[in-house]
This record gives sequence, structure tokens and C-alpha cells, in this order.
Amino acid sequence: MWAGLVLASALTAGGALAQGLPEPLPALPGDPVRGRAIVEDRQTGLCLLCHSGPFPDVPFQGDLGPDLTGVGARLDPAELRLRMVDSRAINGDTIMPPYFSRDGLNRVGDRWTGETILDAQQIEDVIAFLATLTQEESE
Amino acid sequence: MKRGGVAALAVLLTGPAQADERRSGFDYMGPETQLMQTDDMANPGMLAVQAGMRLWQETAGDAERSCESCHGDAEKSMRGVAARYPAYDATAQSAVDVAGRVNLCRTRHQGAEPLPQEDADLLALVSLIGLQSRGLPVMPDPDPQMSQWRSRGADLFDRRMGQLNLSCAQCHDDNAGGHLGSAPIPQAHPTGYPIYRLEWQEMGSLQRRLRGCLSGVRSDPWPYGSDAYVAIEAYLMQRAAGMPMETPAVRP
Ligand code: HEC
Ligand code: HEC
Repeated sequence: MWAGLVLASALTAGGALAQGLPEPLPALPGDPVRGRAIVEDRQTGLCLLCHSGPFPDVPFQGDLGPDLTGVGARLDPAELRLRMVDSRAINGDTIMPPYFSRDGLNRVGDRWTGETILDAQQIEDVIAFLATLTQEESE
Repeated sequence: MKRGGVAALAVLLTGPAQADERRSGFDYMGPETQLMQTDDMANPGMLAVQAGMRLWQETAGDAERSCESCHGDAEKSMRGVAARYPAYDATAQSAVDVAGRVNLCRTRHQGAEPLPQEDADLLALVSLIGLQSRGLPVMPDPDPQMSQWRSRGADLFDRRMGQLNLSCAQCHDDNAGGHLGSAPIPQAHPTGYPIYRLEWQEMGSLQRRLRGCLSGVRSDPWPYGSDAYVAIEAYLMQRAAGMPMETPAVRP
């Protein structure tokens, strides 16, 4: 519900605001160490099913989304937050799952009904971690 | 360089390539798994076919009749059948897949109980019937009643589902050939079912495969035998029309 409201305001405000969610979600400040663990975990974050990035210890990274190398230099925390909360705000046809929104979902399994993929703290942790990925790949 | 230039010129002269872009899941597999499918001595699905051959001849139910007593030699009477299914059954007023047909024969003609979905005997009979279409092109049932089943299947294929909010089409039309973790995403052609899947270590139906994708997006699969599956199966077969059948296929 809360995520829906924030997102709605981001969407209707249009322009620059639609690019990002500057307000942190209600959570403690994000912890990049926990964030890395979430991103690297196949069951929790699922990120590396679709993305690759500077994660030398994780085998079999996917190639459906952009490489996350340097993403913290390309996007600021507000922009990262909006993409994590609900990437449909940027691209209505996105395949990136809405990690903190239940808007418009269809046939969600019983185990997950009413739950977002990640909770507010996990989202803030992931953002804190992604923000550390400022290094562009060195050839 | 030079070859590239000539090829580009040829494209300019002839317009965009008309080649069939459709690829069986077979094409995305490693050479060892491919060999396991193409070598009948190595293909575990052939054991199911053998079991199916035995069951074909065995009487079942109160009528004490076998499949063979009505249909004779499966190699002749079942040729091309699986390439046409799901097909419309006027009595049931429903589309039925091959497993559904076997169970209709059991209840209507053999006086036997239907076999549960994924029962080894049912998979064996469906594999035997499927083998009789191996190499033949998929040729969907022309019954006009089928078109509403296919369009329902197409709707389901295009609809986002589950907590991950993905549609079948987003993976299998838009991202086929990409990698979900280590797994290449196939185009979701139904040409090889029932399959022997290495991950399952046993035979399984197309419905079981679809259930895997549904739980993958964190949706609740429909119960086995639901119309929704038959509709998706009918759509997938139409989408694969003309492609060769491969039953029994092997998949990772
Ligand atoms: C099912 C596929 C999928 C999953 C799972 C997924 N993403 Fe994405 N992600 C994408 C795609 C595709 C894009 C490209 C933009 C678009 O199409 O929406 C994207 C874009 C992004 C972007 C913007 C990148 C840029 O350079 O603009 C970030 C950041 C991101 N994802 C982070 C994550 C994180 C972190 C996770 C896990 C918690 C995750 N993604 C899970 C598919 C996915
Ligand atoms: C997030 C991606 C994704 C979504 C969404 C998805 N699938 Fe799949 N599907 C896969 C992958 C990957 C495979 C290959 C096997 C594996 O690794 O699980 C596969 C395999 C299949 C196959 C087997 C193809 C073969 O060669 O044997 C079929 C059929 C299929 N999917 C149909 C569907 C249908 C129908 C839906 C929607 C109800 C769907 N899939 C949703 C990723 C997906």
C-alpha cells in the first residue's frame, strides 16, 4: 500500500521526480554488506538470474538485464530506489520484477500473497550496496 | 570482411531473410544431452515407450479390452495422432490432450478408472503414442472449436503472472536465447513431450513442465488436468505448427 502511494506520487509528479524516489523507505540506513548477500543470493534477490556484474564468486550470471558493473556511478540512490521498488515506473514492459510493489499483480501464489519480494530494509540494503558499485570495468 | 559485404548485399537484394526462426529446445542443449535424445539406446524415454507397448496390449477395466483390441497396431493407427493434439472431443465438448484422450478411452471404452496425471503408466502410453509422430510436422486439429481454446491459451501466454509478474511471452518470445542464470531460455515449443528431464530424473508431461514455469514466477499452478493447461498446450502446438515432433525428448 505504502509503496503504491509513493510510486503514484512519483509517477504523477512527472519529470525529474519520476526518475527517482529520494525518500528512503521506512527502515534503518542500508547496509551494503547485507545488500551484497541479497543480490548474490539466488532465492532472495534473484538478481543474478538476470544480471551479471562484479561478482567473481557467483557462477552462472544471467544476461537478460544490464551488467551491474558501475551501476552506482550511473544512477544515484533515488534512481536506484525507484528501479528496485517498481521498474514499471521507468518501462511499462520491463521484465524486472517489482521488488516493493504489489500493484496490479495477477495470480500470486498463496505463499507470497500480500508480500513484496523484498521488504523495506532489504531494499535499502540493496541500494546501499549498489551505490558502492562505482568502479567501471578495468580492461 | 569481403564475405560479410557480399552477404549484406545479398540481403539488400532479396529483402529480409524469410528463414524460420523457430528453434526446438533441443537446439539449446549441449551435445551430450542431444546425443542422449537421438540415440534410442541411450534415451531413457524409450524405456517408457517399451512399457507403453506392453500396456497397449494389456486389457484393463470391466470391459476387459486393451487399446490394441480397438486400435490394432499402434505404429499404424497412432501415426500422426500426437502431432495433431490437443483435439476437440464433441462428446466432452472440450479440447483434450493425448493424456486426456487415453483417459477418455479408459472410462468410455475400457470401463476403467482414469489414470492420475504423471502416473508412470499414463506417461508410458502417451510416450508410445507420441513416438508414432516422431519426425512428422506438428499439424494442429482443424476443428473450428479449437480456435477459442488456442486464443484462450494465447491470452494466458501473454498475461503477466505471479509475484515476479512475468508472462510466458516475456521469457519465451522476447528473451528466448538469453540466459536465466545458467539456463538458456528456449522458445517453449511442445514438440518433445512427454520428456525425460535430467532435473526430474524421470519422465514428465508438458503440464508438469508448465507447472515448473508457473511456480518459477511465484504463481500457484492450476491443478493438473485444468482447461487452462489444455488451452496453453493448444496454443503452443499452433505456434509450433510445421516443426517436427521429437517425442520422447530429453531435456536438462
Ligand atoms: C527477471 C529479470 C530481472 C531480475 C530478476 C532483476 N532485474 Fe534488474 N533489470 C532487468 C532489466 C531487463 C533491466 C533493464 C531496464 C528495464 O528493461 O526495465 C534491469 C535494470 C536494473 C537496474 C538499472 C540498471 C541501469 O544500468 O540502468 C538496476 C539497478 C537493477 N536492474 C538492479 C537489480 C537488482 C539489484 C535486482 C535484484 C534484487 C534485479 N535488478 C533483478 C531485469 C531483471
Ligand atoms: C522467467 C522466465 C520464464 C517464464 C516467465 C516462463 N518460462 Fe518457460 N522456461 C524457462 C526456462 C529457463 C526454461 C528451460 C528449462 C529450465 O531451465 O527451467 C523453460 C522451459 C519451458 C518449456 C519447455 C521447452 C522445451 O524445449 O522442452 C515450455 C513448454 C515452457 N517453458 C512454457 C512456458 C509457459 C507456458 C510459461 C507461462 C505460463 C512459461 N514457460 C514461463 C523460463 C521461463
